[in-house]
Amino acid sequence: MKILVGYKRVVDYNVRIQVKPDGTGVVTDGVKLSANPFDDIALEEALRLREKGVATEVVVVGIGPADLTAHLRNGLAMGANRAIHVVTADAVQPLTAARVFLKLIEKEQPGLVVLGKQAIDDDANQTGQMLAALWDRPQATFASKVEITDGKATVTREVDAGLEVIEAELPAVITTDLRLNEPRFIKLPDIMKAKSKPIDSIELGSLGVEAHDHLKTTHYAAPAKRSKGVMVKDAAELVAALKQKGLL
Amino acid sequence: MSKILVIAEHLGDKLNSSTARAVSAAAAVKPDTIDVLVLSDAPDAIAAEAAKIDGVSRVLTVARPENVHALAAVLAPQIAKAAAGYSHVFVPSTTFGKDVAPRVAALLGVAQVSDVMSVEAAHSFKRPIYAGNAIITVEADANHTVVATIRSASWAAAGNAASSAPIEALAIDNVTLPTHTRFVELKQGSSDRPDLQSAGKVVSGGRGVGSKENFEIIYKFADRIGAAVGASRAAVDAGYVPSEMQVGQTGKIIAPELYMAIGISGAIQHLTGIKDAGTIVAINKDGEAPIFEIADIGLVGDLFKLIPELEQALG
Repeated sequence: MKILVGYKRVVDYNVRIQVKPDGTGVVTDGVKLSANPFDDIALEEALRLREKGVATEVVVVGIGPADLTAHLRNGLAMGANRAIHVVTADAVQPLTAARVFLKLIEKEQPGLVVLGKQAIDDDANQTGQMLAALWDRPQATFASKVEITDGKATVTREVDAGLEVIEAELPAVITTDLRLNEPRFIKLPDIMKAKSKPIDSIELGSLGVEAHDHLKTTHYAAPAKRSKGVMVKDAAELVAALKQKGLL
Repeated sequence: MSKILVIAEHLGDKLNSSTARAVSAAAAVKPDTIDVLVLSDAPDAIAAEAAKIDGVSRVLTVARPENVHALAAVLAPQIAKAAAGYSHVFVPSTTFGKDVAPRVAALLGVAQVSDVMSVEAAHSFKRPIYAGNAIITVEADANHTVVATIRSASWAAAGNAASSAPIEALAIDNVTLPTHTRFVELKQGSSDRPDLQSAGKVVSGGRGVGSKENFEIIYKFADRIGAAVGASRAAVDAGYVPSEMQVGQTGKIIAPELYMAIGISGAIQHLTGIKDAGTIVAINKDGEAPIFEIADIGLVGDLFKLIPELEQALG
Protein backbone atom coordinates (compact mmCIF):
# COMPACT_ATOMS: atom_id res chain seq x y z
CA MET A 1 0.00 0.00 0.00
CA LYS A 2 1.12 3.49 -0.86
CA ILE A 3 0.53 6.44 1.51
CA LEU A 4 0.36 10.05 0.39
CA VAL A 5 1.28 12.60 3.06
CA GLY A 6 0.57 16.33 2.88
CA TYR A 7 3.68 18.25 3.91
CA LYS A 8 3.10 21.98 4.16
CA ARG A 9 5.71 24.60 4.97
CA VAL A 10 4.58 27.25 7.44
CA VAL A 11 6.00 29.97 9.68
CA ASP A 12 7.72 28.12 12.54
CA TYR A 13 5.47 27.71 15.58
CA ASN A 14 7.99 29.51 17.83
CA VAL A 15 7.89 32.70 15.78
CA ARG A 16 5.93 35.55 17.31
CA ILE A 17 3.64 36.66 14.52
CA GLN A 18 3.66 40.39 13.69
CA VAL A 19 0.93 41.99 11.63
CA LYS A 20 2.19 44.59 9.15
CA PRO A 21 1.19 48.11 10.26
CA ASP A 22 -0.65 48.74 6.96
CA GLY A 23 -2.84 45.66 7.45
CA THR A 24 -1.77 43.95 4.24
CA GLY A 25 -0.40 40.78 5.80
CA VAL A 26 1.86 39.35 8.47
CA VAL A 27 5.61 39.79 8.44
CA THR A 28 7.21 36.77 6.76
CA ASP A 29 10.47 38.27 5.50
CA GLY A 30 13.41 36.60 7.19
CA VAL A 31 11.11 34.57 9.40
CA LYS A 32 11.98 30.93 10.11
CA LEU A 33 9.88 28.44 8.15
CA SER A 34 9.31 24.83 9.19
CA ALA A 35 7.08 21.89 8.46
CA ASN A 36 3.56 22.27 9.78
CA PRO A 37 3.74 20.34 13.09
CA PHE A 38 0.59 18.35 12.30
CA ASP A 39 2.18 17.31 8.98
CA ASP A 40 5.28 16.05 10.76
CA ILE A 41 2.92 13.89 12.81
CA ALA A 42 1.21 12.73 9.58
CA LEU A 43 4.55 11.78 8.05
CA GLU A 44 5.66 10.01 11.23
CA GLU A 45 2.47 7.94 11.26
CA ALA A 46 2.93 6.97 7.62
CA LEU A 47 6.55 5.96 8.28
CA ARG A 48 5.48 3.81 11.24
CA LEU A 49 2.90 2.08 9.05
CA ARG A 50 5.64 1.35 6.53
CA GLU A 51 7.94 0.07 9.27
CA LYS A 52 5.15 -2.26 10.46
CA GLY A 53 4.83 -3.58 6.92
CA VAL A 54 1.36 -2.14 6.42
CA ALA A 55 2.60 0.31 3.80
CA THR A 56 5.30 -0.13 1.19
CA GLU A 57 5.84 3.44 0.05
CA VAL A 58 5.44 6.88 1.62
CA VAL A 59 5.18 9.89 -0.70
CA VAL A 60 5.29 13.45 0.67
CA VAL A 61 3.43 16.12 -1.24
CA GLY A 62 4.09 19.85 -1.10
CA ILE A 63 2.34 22.67 -2.96
CA GLY A 64 4.33 25.88 -3.28
CA PRO A 65 7.02 27.94 -4.99
CA ALA A 66 10.28 26.68 -6.50
CA ASP A 67 12.23 26.90 -3.23
CA LEU A 68 9.90 24.41 -1.54
CA THR A 69 12.27 21.60 -2.57
CA ALA A 70 14.51 22.21 0.46
CA HIS A 71 11.51 21.66 2.70
CA LEU A 72 10.54 18.49 0.84
CA ARG A 73 14.11 17.22 1.33
CA ASN A 74 13.43 17.36 5.07
CA GLY A 75 10.45 15.06 4.54
CA LEU A 76 12.67 12.72 2.55
CA ALA A 77 15.33 12.88 5.27
CA MET A 78 12.71 11.95 7.84
CA GLY A 79 12.12 8.82 5.78
CA ALA A 80 9.68 9.35 2.90
CA ASN A 81 10.56 7.35 -0.23
CA ARG A 82 9.95 10.21 -2.64
CA ALA A 83 8.34 13.62 -2.95
CA ILE A 84 5.93 15.35 -5.29
CA HIS A 85 6.31 19.10 -5.64
CA VAL A 86 3.27 20.83 -7.10
CA VAL A 87 4.77 24.11 -8.22
CA THR A 88 2.89 27.38 -7.89
CA ALA A 89 3.92 30.87 -6.89
CA ASP A 90 0.41 31.59 -5.58
CA ALA A 91 -0.87 30.89 -2.09
CA VAL A 92 -3.24 27.95 -2.29
CA GLN A 93 -6.52 27.79 -0.39
CA PRO A 94 -7.90 24.52 1.07
CA LEU A 95 -10.39 23.77 -1.72
CA THR A 96 -7.64 24.16 -4.32
CA ALA A 97 -5.28 22.01 -2.25
CA ALA A 98 -7.97 19.32 -2.03
CA ARG A 99 -8.46 19.42 -5.82
CA VAL A 100 -4.69 19.09 -6.32
CA PHE A 101 -4.58 16.07 -4.01
CA LEU A 102 -7.48 14.48 -5.87
CA LYS A 103 -5.52 14.76 -9.14
CA LEU A 104 -2.48 13.19 -7.51
CA ILE A 105 -4.63 10.41 -6.07
CA GLU A 106 -5.95 9.57 -9.53
CA LYS A 107 -2.36 9.15 -10.67
CA GLU A 108 -0.82 7.53 -7.60
CA GLN A 109 -3.74 5.35 -6.37
CA PRO A 110 -2.77 5.44 -2.67
CA GLY A 111 -4.46 3.26 -0.09
CA LEU A 112 -4.29 6.02 2.48
CA VAL A 113 -3.84 9.79 2.55
CA VAL A 114 -2.61 11.28 5.81
CA LEU A 115 -2.79 15.03 6.36
CA GLY A 116 -2.40 17.31 9.36
CA LYS A 117 -5.75 18.33 10.83
CA GLN A 118 -4.86 21.96 10.24
CA ALA A 119 -1.94 24.11 9.21
CA ILE A 120 -0.79 26.50 11.90
CA ASP A 121 -0.73 29.47 9.52
CA ASP A 122 -4.29 29.73 8.19
CA ASP A 123 -5.76 27.41 10.86
CA ALA A 124 -8.44 26.44 8.34
CA ASN A 125 -8.85 22.75 9.23
CA GLN A 126 -10.49 21.92 5.90
CA THR A 127 -8.27 20.23 3.33
CA GLY A 128 -8.61 16.62 4.52
CA GLN A 129 -12.38 16.80 4.82
CA MET A 130 -12.71 18.51 1.43
CA LEU A 131 -10.49 15.92 -0.20
CA ALA A 132 -12.49 13.06 1.30
CA ALA A 133 -15.69 14.63 -0.07
CA LEU A 134 -14.29 15.14 -3.59
CA TRP A 135 -12.81 11.62 -3.54
CA ASP A 136 -16.07 10.20 -2.13
CA ARG A 137 -14.11 8.24 0.47
CA PRO A 138 -14.13 8.05 4.31
CA GLN A 139 -12.54 10.70 6.49
CA ALA A 140 -11.19 10.11 9.96
CA THR A 141 -10.28 13.52 11.33
CA PHE A 142 -8.40 14.49 14.52
CA ALA A 143 -6.84 11.03 14.86
CA SER A 144 -5.02 10.10 18.06
CA LYS A 145 -4.69 6.39 17.23
CA VAL A 146 -4.67 4.52 13.93
CA GLU A 147 -4.80 0.78 13.31
CA ILE A 148 -4.91 -0.73 9.83
CA THR A 149 -6.24 -4.26 9.42
CA ASP A 150 -8.09 -6.15 6.67
CA GLY A 151 -8.50 -3.19 4.36
CA LYS A 152 -9.89 -0.86 6.97
CA ALA A 153 -8.61 1.76 9.36
CA THR A 154 -9.81 1.81 12.95
CA VAL A 155 -9.24 5.35 14.11
CA THR A 156 -9.61 6.92 17.55
CA ARG A 157 -10.62 10.55 17.17
CA GLU A 158 -10.26 13.33 19.73
CA VAL A 159 -13.71 14.91 19.84
CA ASP A 160 -15.27 17.38 22.27
CA ALA A 161 -17.20 14.66 24.08
CA GLY A 162 -14.20 12.35 24.55
CA LEU A 163 -12.62 9.74 22.29
CA GLU A 164 -14.64 8.46 19.36
CA VAL A 165 -13.65 5.28 17.53
CA ILE A 166 -14.69 4.83 13.91
CA GLU A 167 -13.97 2.30 11.20
CA ALA A 168 -13.15 3.50 7.71
CA GLU A 169 -12.78 1.29 4.66
CA LEU A 170 -9.64 1.99 2.66
CA PRO A 171 -8.79 4.03 0.74
CA ALA A 172 -9.46 6.83 3.17
CA VAL A 173 -8.25 10.20 4.41
CA ILE A 174 -6.91 10.52 7.95
CA THR A 175 -6.10 13.86 9.58
CA THR A 176 -3.78 13.91 12.57
CA ASP A 177 -4.14 15.35 16.03
CA LEU A 178 -1.26 16.16 18.37
CA ARG A 179 -1.26 13.01 20.45
CA LEU A 180 -1.10 10.54 17.55
CA ASN A 181 2.68 10.22 17.86
CA GLU A 182 5.94 12.05 18.49
CA PRO A 183 7.76 12.68 15.23
CA ARG A 184 11.35 11.43 14.99
CA PHE A 185 14.29 13.78 14.64
CA ILE A 186 16.16 13.93 11.38
CA LYS A 187 19.70 12.50 11.62
CA LEU A 188 22.62 13.80 9.61
CA PRO A 189 23.21 10.60 7.55
CA ASP A 190 19.53 10.72 6.58
CA ILE A 191 19.98 14.24 5.22
CA MET A 192 22.78 12.90 3.01
CA LYS A 193 20.64 9.95 1.88
CA ALA A 194 17.72 12.26 1.10
CA LYS A 195 19.78 14.06 -1.52
CA SER A 196 19.50 11.10 -3.85
CA LYS A 197 15.78 10.55 -3.34
CA PRO A 198 13.52 11.69 -6.20
CA ILE A 199 11.38 14.83 -6.18
CA ASP A 200 8.87 15.03 -9.05
CA SER A 201 7.96 18.59 -9.95
CA ILE A 202 4.57 19.24 -11.54
CA GLU A 203 3.23 22.67 -12.47
CA LEU A 204 -0.08 23.23 -10.70
CA GLY A 205 -1.67 24.43 -13.94
CA SER A 206 -0.73 21.19 -15.72
CA LEU A 207 -2.95 19.25 -13.29
CA GLY A 208 -5.99 21.06 -14.64
CA VAL A 209 -6.57 22.80 -11.33
CA GLU A 210 -6.91 26.56 -11.07
CA ALA A 211 -5.41 28.33 -8.04
CA HIS A 212 -8.60 30.30 -7.57
CA ASP A 213 -8.95 32.65 -4.61
CA HIS A 214 -12.31 31.55 -3.33
CA LEU A 215 -11.99 33.82 -0.32
CA LYS A 216 -10.39 37.24 -0.52
CA THR A 217 -8.55 38.48 2.54
CA THR A 218 -9.11 42.23 2.64
CA HIS A 219 -7.45 43.15 5.92
CA TYR A 220 -5.08 41.84 8.60
CA ALA A 221 -5.20 43.15 12.15
CA ALA A 222 -3.45 42.40 15.40
CA PRO A 223 -5.78 40.83 17.97
CA ALA A 224 -7.37 43.02 20.64
CA LYS A 225 -5.08 43.17 23.66
CA ARG A 226 -6.31 42.44 27.14
CA SER A 227 -5.64 45.29 29.52
CA LYS A 228 -2.89 44.87 32.09
CA GLY A 229 -4.02 43.04 35.18
CA VAL A 230 -3.22 43.38 38.86
CA MET A 231 -1.29 41.15 41.23
CA VAL A 232 -2.75 40.23 44.60
CA LYS A 233 -0.64 39.19 47.58
CA ASP A 234 -2.60 36.31 49.04
CA ALA A 235 -5.62 34.02 48.80
CA ALA A 236 -7.86 36.26 50.90
CA GLU A 237 -7.21 39.23 48.64
CA LEU A 238 -7.95 37.13 45.54
CA VAL A 239 -11.26 35.89 46.94
CA ALA A 240 -12.20 39.45 47.92
CA ALA A 241 -11.39 40.74 44.42
CA LEU A 242 -13.49 38.01 42.78
CA LYS A 243 -16.38 38.60 45.19
CA GLN A 244 -16.25 42.29 44.38
CA LYS A 245 -16.59 41.48 40.69
CA GLY A 246 -19.56 39.24 41.52
CA LEU A 247 -17.72 36.16 40.23
CA LEU A 248 -17.82 34.15 43.45
CA MET B 1 -31.63 38.54 0.58
CA SER B 2 -30.05 36.14 2.99
CA LYS B 3 -31.51 32.81 4.05
CA ILE B 4 -29.42 30.96 6.57
CA LEU B 5 -29.39 27.26 7.41
CA VAL B 6 -27.86 26.50 10.81
CA ILE B 7 -26.84 22.90 11.40
CA ALA B 8 -27.81 21.75 14.90
CA GLU B 9 -25.18 19.99 16.96
CA HIS B 10 -26.40 17.40 19.40
CA LEU B 11 -25.19 14.43 21.33
CA GLY B 12 -27.89 11.80 21.67
CA ASP B 13 -31.13 13.72 22.21
CA LYS B 14 -29.47 16.78 23.80
CA LEU B 15 -29.02 19.94 21.77
CA ASN B 16 -25.55 21.46 22.23
CA SER B 17 -25.43 25.15 23.21
CA SER B 18 -23.06 25.76 20.29
CA THR B 19 -26.20 25.68 18.12
CA ALA B 20 -27.73 28.74 19.82
CA ARG B 21 -24.37 30.50 19.46
CA ALA B 22 -24.36 29.78 15.72
CA VAL B 23 -27.91 31.21 15.57
CA SER B 24 -26.54 34.43 17.14
CA ALA B 25 -23.97 34.66 14.35
CA ALA B 26 -26.71 34.00 11.79
CA ALA B 27 -28.81 36.81 13.28
CA ALA B 28 -25.83 39.19 12.85
CA VAL B 29 -26.16 38.72 9.07
CA LYS B 30 -29.69 40.21 9.42
CA PRO B 31 -31.19 37.54 7.19
CA ASP B 32 -34.80 37.06 6.11
CA THR B 33 -34.92 33.60 7.64
CA ILE B 34 -32.87 31.39 9.94
CA ASP B 35 -33.76 27.72 9.70
CA VAL B 36 -32.18 25.09 11.93
CA LEU B 37 -31.56 21.61 10.49
CA VAL B 38 -31.59 18.62 12.84
CA LEU B 39 -30.21 15.35 11.48
CA SER B 40 -30.81 12.41 13.79
CA ASP B 41 -32.40 8.98 14.01
CA ALA B 42 -34.90 10.51 16.46
CA PRO B 43 -34.90 14.30 16.05
CA ASP B 44 -38.11 15.25 17.89
CA ALA B 45 -36.72 16.20 21.33
CA ILE B 46 -33.74 18.01 19.78
CA ALA B 47 -35.98 19.87 17.35
CA ALA B 48 -38.28 20.97 20.18
CA GLU B 49 -35.27 22.48 21.99
CA ALA B 50 -33.99 24.17 18.81
CA ALA B 51 -37.46 25.63 18.13
CA LYS B 52 -37.19 27.62 21.36
CA ILE B 53 -34.08 29.53 20.25
CA ASP B 54 -34.85 33.20 19.62
CA GLY B 55 -34.57 34.22 15.98
CA VAL B 56 -35.23 30.78 14.50
CA SER B 57 -37.84 30.81 11.70
CA ARG B 58 -38.28 27.05 11.27
CA VAL B 59 -36.73 23.83 12.47
CA LEU B 60 -36.28 21.20 9.79
CA THR B 61 -35.78 17.58 10.73
CA VAL B 62 -34.32 14.67 8.83
CA ALA B 63 -35.04 11.41 10.64
CA ARG B 64 -33.00 8.51 9.31
CA PRO B 65 -31.53 5.53 11.15
CA GLU B 66 -28.15 6.29 9.50
CA ASN B 67 -28.07 9.60 11.40
CA VAL B 68 -27.84 7.95 14.81
CA HIS B 69 -24.17 8.98 15.04
CA ALA B 70 -22.71 12.18 13.62
CA LEU B 71 -20.54 10.75 10.84
CA ALA B 72 -19.44 13.49 8.45
CA ALA B 73 -19.48 11.20 5.42
CA VAL B 74 -23.13 10.34 6.13
CA LEU B 75 -24.38 13.79 7.15
CA ALA B 76 -22.60 15.93 4.54
CA PRO B 77 -24.53 14.74 1.44
CA GLN B 78 -27.82 15.37 3.26
CA ILE B 79 -26.74 18.86 4.39
CA ALA B 80 -25.50 19.70 0.89
CA LYS B 81 -28.95 18.78 -0.50
CA ALA B 82 -30.76 20.69 2.23
CA ALA B 83 -28.59 23.75 1.51
CA ALA B 84 -30.31 24.37 -1.83
CA GLY B 85 -31.93 27.81 -1.80
CA TYR B 86 -29.94 29.07 1.20
CA SER B 87 -27.38 31.85 0.94
CA HIS B 88 -25.45 30.66 4.02
CA VAL B 89 -24.86 27.39 5.90
CA PHE B 90 -23.56 27.98 9.44
CA VAL B 91 -22.15 25.16 11.57
CA PRO B 92 -20.70 25.44 15.09
CA SER B 93 -16.90 25.37 15.09
CA THR B 94 -16.68 22.41 17.42
CA THR B 95 -15.13 19.06 16.55
CA PHE B 96 -18.55 18.17 15.08
CA GLY B 97 -18.69 21.23 12.82
CA LYS B 98 -15.00 21.19 11.93
CA ASP B 99 -15.44 17.60 10.76
CA VAL B 100 -18.60 17.97 8.69
CA ALA B 101 -18.65 21.55 7.35
CA PRO B 102 -15.66 21.34 4.95
CA ARG B 103 -17.13 18.14 3.55
CA VAL B 104 -20.36 20.04 2.84
CA ALA B 105 -18.45 22.97 1.30
CA ALA B 106 -16.52 20.66 -1.02
CA LEU B 107 -19.73 18.92 -2.14
CA LEU B 108 -21.15 22.35 -2.94
CA GLY B 109 -17.89 23.33 -4.65
CA VAL B 110 -17.41 26.37 -2.43
CA ALA B 111 -14.81 27.63 0.02
CA GLN B 112 -15.39 27.60 3.75
CA VAL B 113 -14.91 30.42 6.22
CA SER B 114 -13.56 28.80 9.40
CA ASP B 115 -14.08 30.14 12.93
CA VAL B 116 -16.18 33.23 12.27
CA MET B 117 -15.60 35.73 15.11
CA SER B 118 -17.68 38.58 13.72
CA VAL B 119 -19.96 39.33 10.81
CA GLU B 120 -18.99 42.55 9.00
CA ALA B 121 -21.51 42.18 6.18
CA ALA B 122 -23.46 39.34 4.58
CA HIS B 123 -20.32 38.10 2.80
CA SER B 124 -17.59 39.61 4.97
CA PHE B 125 -16.33 38.02 8.17
CA LYS B 126 -13.52 38.26 10.68
CA ARG B 127 -11.63 35.10 11.65
CA PRO B 128 -8.41 34.27 13.51
CA ILE B 129 -5.25 32.89 11.90
CA TYR B 130 -1.84 32.01 13.38
CA ALA B 131 -3.44 30.77 16.61
CA GLY B 132 -5.28 34.05 17.04
CA ASN B 133 -2.16 36.20 16.63
CA ALA B 134 -3.71 37.87 13.61
CA ILE B 135 -7.34 38.55 12.76
CA ILE B 136 -8.26 38.68 9.10
CA THR B 137 -11.27 40.05 7.29
CA VAL B 138 -12.32 37.70 4.50
CA GLU B 139 -14.80 38.22 1.72
CA ALA B 140 -16.70 35.31 0.28
CA ASP B 141 -18.08 35.23 -3.25
CA ALA B 142 -21.64 36.59 -3.12
CA ASN B 143 -22.61 34.36 -6.07
CA HIS B 144 -22.13 31.18 -4.06
CA THR B 145 -23.43 29.68 -0.85
CA VAL B 146 -21.31 30.69 2.13
CA VAL B 147 -20.33 27.72 4.28
CA ALA B 148 -18.92 28.88 7.60
CA THR B 149 -18.07 27.48 11.00
CA ILE B 150 -18.92 29.72 13.93
CA ARG B 151 -16.36 30.21 16.69
CA SER B 152 -18.52 29.50 19.74
CA ALA B 153 -16.44 31.57 22.18
CA SER B 154 -17.09 34.73 20.14
CA TRP B 155 -20.88 34.49 20.31
CA ALA B 156 -23.30 34.47 23.22
CA ALA B 157 -26.04 31.88 22.89
CA ALA B 158 -29.28 33.30 21.47
CA GLY B 159 -31.94 33.42 24.17
CA ASN B 160 -35.33 31.78 24.36
CA ALA B 161 -38.08 32.88 21.99
CA ALA B 162 -41.51 33.95 23.24
CA SER B 163 -43.07 31.16 21.20
CA SER B 164 -41.59 28.09 19.58
CA ALA B 165 -40.79 28.06 15.86
CA PRO B 166 -42.64 25.53 13.68
CA ILE B 167 -41.02 22.13 13.18
CA GLU B 168 -41.21 20.48 9.77
CA ALA B 169 -39.93 17.16 8.49
CA LEU B 170 -37.66 17.64 5.50
CA ALA B 171 -37.68 15.01 2.77
CA ILE B 172 -34.25 14.55 1.24
CA ASP B 173 -34.54 12.29 -1.77
CA ASN B 174 -32.03 10.87 -4.20
CA VAL B 175 -29.15 10.80 -1.78
CA THR B 176 -27.18 7.60 -1.43
CA LEU B 177 -25.56 7.51 1.97
CA PRO B 178 -22.18 5.78 2.14
CA THR B 179 -21.59 2.76 4.36
CA HIS B 180 -17.79 2.97 4.15
CA THR B 181 -17.51 4.80 7.48
CA ARG B 182 -18.88 3.23 10.65
CA PHE B 183 -19.21 4.36 14.25
CA VAL B 184 -17.67 1.94 16.75
CA GLU B 185 -17.86 3.64 20.14
CA LEU B 186 -17.58 6.87 22.10
CA LYS B 187 -15.45 6.76 25.23
CA GLN B 188 -16.72 9.50 27.46
CA GLY B 189 -15.63 10.45 30.91
CA SER B 190 -18.71 10.60 33.10
CA SER B 191 -18.91 13.78 35.11
CA ASP B 192 -21.54 15.66 37.06
CA ARG B 193 -19.55 18.85 36.67
CA PRO B 194 -20.64 21.70 34.40
CA ASP B 195 -19.83 21.32 30.70
CA LEU B 196 -16.43 22.83 29.95
CA GLN B 197 -17.54 24.56 26.75
CA SER B 198 -20.56 26.35 28.16
CA ALA B 199 -19.67 26.79 31.85
CA GLY B 200 -19.63 30.27 33.37
CA LYS B 201 -16.67 29.36 35.55
CA VAL B 202 -13.73 27.16 34.64
CA VAL B 203 -10.81 26.03 36.80
CA SER B 204 -7.89 24.58 34.82
CA GLY B 205 -4.77 22.81 36.01
CA GLY B 206 -1.45 22.48 34.25
CA ARG B 207 1.85 20.72 34.53
CA GLY B 208 2.39 22.42 37.88
CA VAL B 209 -0.27 20.17 39.41
CA GLY B 210 2.27 17.37 39.05
CA SER B 211 0.21 14.16 38.83
CA LYS B 212 -3.13 12.56 38.19
CA GLU B 213 -3.60 12.10 41.93
CA ASN B 214 -2.75 15.74 42.66
CA PHE B 215 -5.40 16.83 40.18
CA GLU B 216 -7.97 15.99 42.86
CA ILE B 217 -7.16 19.33 44.46
CA ILE B 218 -8.29 21.06 41.23
CA TYR B 219 -11.51 19.02 41.03
CA LYS B 220 -12.28 19.69 44.67
CA PHE B 221 -11.78 23.42 44.34
CA ALA B 222 -13.82 23.55 41.10
CA ASP B 223 -16.67 21.71 42.81
CA ARG B 224 -16.51 24.18 45.67
CA ILE B 225 -17.17 27.15 43.35
CA GLY B 226 -19.39 25.26 40.87
CA ALA B 227 -16.88 25.40 38.03
CA ALA B 228 -16.08 23.13 35.11
CA VAL B 229 -12.58 21.65 35.02
CA GLY B 230 -10.10 22.12 32.19
CA ALA B 231 -6.41 21.50 31.66
CA SER B 232 -3.43 22.60 29.63
CA ARG B 233 -1.97 20.44 26.89
CA ALA B 234 0.98 19.64 29.15
CA ALA B 235 -1.36 18.17 31.77
CA VAL B 236 -3.16 16.08 29.14
CA ASP B 237 0.06 14.89 27.53
CA ALA B 238 1.38 13.91 30.97
CA GLY B 239 -1.72 11.77 31.48
CA TYR B 240 -3.13 13.72 34.45
CA VAL B 241 -6.52 14.14 32.73
CA PRO B 242 -8.31 12.93 29.56
CA SER B 243 -7.96 14.78 26.25
CA GLU B 244 -11.48 16.22 26.20
CA MET B 245 -10.40 18.51 29.05
CA GLN B 246 -7.75 20.28 27.00
CA VAL B 247 -8.19 24.01 26.64
CA GLY B 248 -6.27 25.82 23.90
CA GLN B 249 -5.74 26.22 20.19
CA THR B 250 -6.09 22.53 19.44
CA GLY B 251 -8.38 21.75 22.35
CA LYS B 252 -11.43 23.67 23.42
CA ILE B 253 -11.69 27.42 22.89
CA ILE B 254 -13.80 28.79 25.69
CA ALA B 255 -15.13 32.09 27.00
CA PRO B 256 -16.31 31.65 30.59
CA GLU B 257 -16.98 34.65 32.84
CA LEU B 258 -14.26 33.43 35.19
CA TYR B 259 -11.21 31.39 34.14
CA MET B 260 -8.73 30.29 36.78
CA ALA B 261 -5.42 28.93 35.45
CA ILE B 262 -3.65 27.03 38.19
CA GLY B 263 -0.10 25.77 37.68
CA ILE B 264 -0.31 26.69 33.98
CA SER B 265 2.64 28.61 32.56
CA GLY B 266 0.60 29.92 29.62
CA ALA B 267 1.96 28.74 26.29
CA ILE B 268 0.61 30.83 23.42
CA GLN B 269 -1.51 27.87 22.29
CA HIS B 270 -3.21 27.79 25.69
CA LEU B 271 -3.77 31.54 25.77
CA THR B 272 -5.49 31.29 22.38
CA GLY B 273 -8.13 29.12 23.99
CA ILE B 274 -9.00 31.51 26.83
CA LYS B 275 -8.51 35.07 25.65
CA ASP B 276 -12.23 35.73 25.34
CA ALA B 277 -12.81 34.85 29.00
CA GLY B 278 -14.33 37.62 31.14
CA THR B 279 -11.84 37.52 33.99
CA ILE B 280 -8.66 35.46 33.91
CA VAL B 281 -7.02 34.53 37.21
CA ALA B 282 -3.53 33.02 37.22
CA ILE B 283 -1.98 31.15 40.11
CA ASN B 284 1.60 30.06 39.50
CA LYS B 285 4.74 29.75 41.55
CA ASP B 286 6.79 31.36 38.75
CA GLY B 287 6.10 35.10 38.76
CA GLU B 288 7.66 35.35 35.28
CA ALA B 289 5.24 32.84 33.70
CA PRO B 290 3.62 34.18 30.49
CA ILE B 291 0.16 33.50 31.90
CA PHE B 292 0.55 36.64 34.04
CA GLU B 293 0.82 38.76 30.88
CA ILE B 294 -2.84 38.20 30.08
CA ALA B 295 -4.24 37.53 33.54
CA ASP B 296 -6.57 40.13 35.06
CA ILE B 297 -5.62 38.99 38.54
CA GLY B 298 -2.39 37.19 39.34
CA LEU B 299 -1.23 35.44 42.47
CA VAL B 300 2.29 34.07 42.79
CA GLY B 301 2.78 31.09 45.05
CA ASP B 302 2.55 27.34 45.63
CA LEU B 303 -0.82 26.07 44.47
CA PHE B 304 -0.87 23.31 47.09
CA LYS B 305 -0.67 25.94 49.79
CA LEU B 306 -2.86 28.55 48.07
CA ILE B 307 -5.84 26.38 47.11
CA PRO B 308 -6.63 25.35 50.70
CA GLU B 309 -6.24 29.00 51.68
CA LEU B 310 -8.67 30.01 48.91
CA GLU B 311 -11.18 27.44 50.18
CA GLN B 312 -10.79 28.82 53.65
CA ALA B 313 -11.20 32.41 52.45
CA LEU B 314 -14.43 31.41 50.71
CA GLY B 315 -15.80 30.75 54.18
